[in-house]
Amino acid sequence: MENAIKVTGLSKHYSGFELSDVSFSLPRGTVMGFIGRNGAGKTTTIKLIMGLIHKNVGSIEVLGKEMGPDSADIREKIGFVYDEQAFYGGIMTVRDVGKMTGRFYKEWNNNEFSRLLKEFNLDPEHKTEALSHGQRTKLSIALALSHNAELLIMDEPSSGLDPVFRIEFIDILYRIIQDEHRSILFSTHITTDLEKIADYITLIDNGRIVFSEAKDDILDRYKIVKGPLNRLDQKGREMCIGVREMRTGFEALSASADKLAALIGADAITQRATIEDIMVFTVKGETNGW
Amino acid sequence: MSNISIIISQTSPRPIYEQIEDRIRSLIVSGELNDGDELPSIRVLAQDLRVSVITVKRAYDELVAAGFLTSVQGKGCYVSVKNKELFREQRMRIVEEKLDEAAAEARRIGMTLTELQLMLTIVFEEEK
Repeated sequence: MENAIKVTGLSKHYSGFELSDVSFSLPRGTVMGFIGRNGAGKTTTIKLIMGLIHKNVGSIEVLGKEMGPDSADIREKIGFVYDEQAFYGGIMTVRDVGKMTGRFYKEWNNNEFSRLLKEFNLDPEHKTEALSHGQRTKLSIALALSHNAELLIMDEPSSGLDPVFRIEFIDILYRIIQDEHRSILFSTHITTDLEKIADYITLIDNGRIVFSEAKDDILDRYKIVKGPLNRLDQKGREMCIGVREMRTGFEALSASADKLAALIGADAITQRATIEDIMVFTVKGETNGW
Repeated sequence: MSNISIIISQTSPRPIYEQIEDRIRSLIVSGELNDGDELPSIRVLAQDLRVSVITVKRAYDELVAAGFLTSVQGKGCYVSVKNKELFREQRMRIVEEKLDEAAAEARRIGMTLTELQLMLTIVFEEEK
């Protein structure tokens, strides 16, 4: 399958933070959740892909072409949605923000923009400074789709949204990907949003990729095992990716849950892990009572 | 395209693609889906079930490989009953094995055939 994004061996050094040897690819027509704690390197990676900052080493291909200083044609095909979008200072109306944005894109479609405003229930006469967080996110998406973006890159788009709007937001994403030419890279620390829609999950920690795989494969592999603490011996611990110990028992993430459960015996409980479980246990490793 | 009923559990330990696969397979075996019926597109079904596109694709791919669906490039997925009889035979063998077990257990505690038949009738009707 052709890739919407292919990042290979990407590195960027800052004093105090280093993004090292980041590689992953997002096949066209799919959705990738890009997860990690705050400060893990999500935004830096996204800024590098967008060409907003310069890499030290590595290669970035977007929609089949190497990103470089003269990649204006590729940038036309990218829609960028981020948390604190300013919309030219906020004093313009929604309609004028559309007009202004349209000047920067060859493929701007004003009819599509008007249609999306209706679909998203946005008033064209509203000043953008008066929009709620959710409305600003919808406006960003409407702008991206109106210049016919094939790749949507979203940096923490849902973090400031209330639960009701987050559901509407995921709904909008489902409508976007009904067009199989569109791909979405979606960074977040709210993993429940990804539990459903994401095809791939990429976990970054401390500037390094921990894994980048199909979500179903990850969820098939890792399970949560719970049991009494005194039954967890050294052999059992070796089967765990992370263990949480409490006075009442232990909870562990394991890639060999069946074996671990057999070792613990009748008191063991095995259950499906959530993306959050996998992120927290993988990143935290072995700790006591957090 | 007809509406088909697929209910999946997001919390079940069973993988979601397996749940989708099983459900479509049983709709075919039970005759609710017939030869030539068109299935929803992968992306539409993903949206309706609130699961990922490749989760549905995986279920469809397995069903195509097992001969329950055929996929027509650029058009969609259609039910194909090539293997319906084979599948039914396999399932009947499982039923037979379970009945064997039940019969053995019944003999062990001295149940008569009539008693066992009566019990089966009750159990069978209850499930309906």
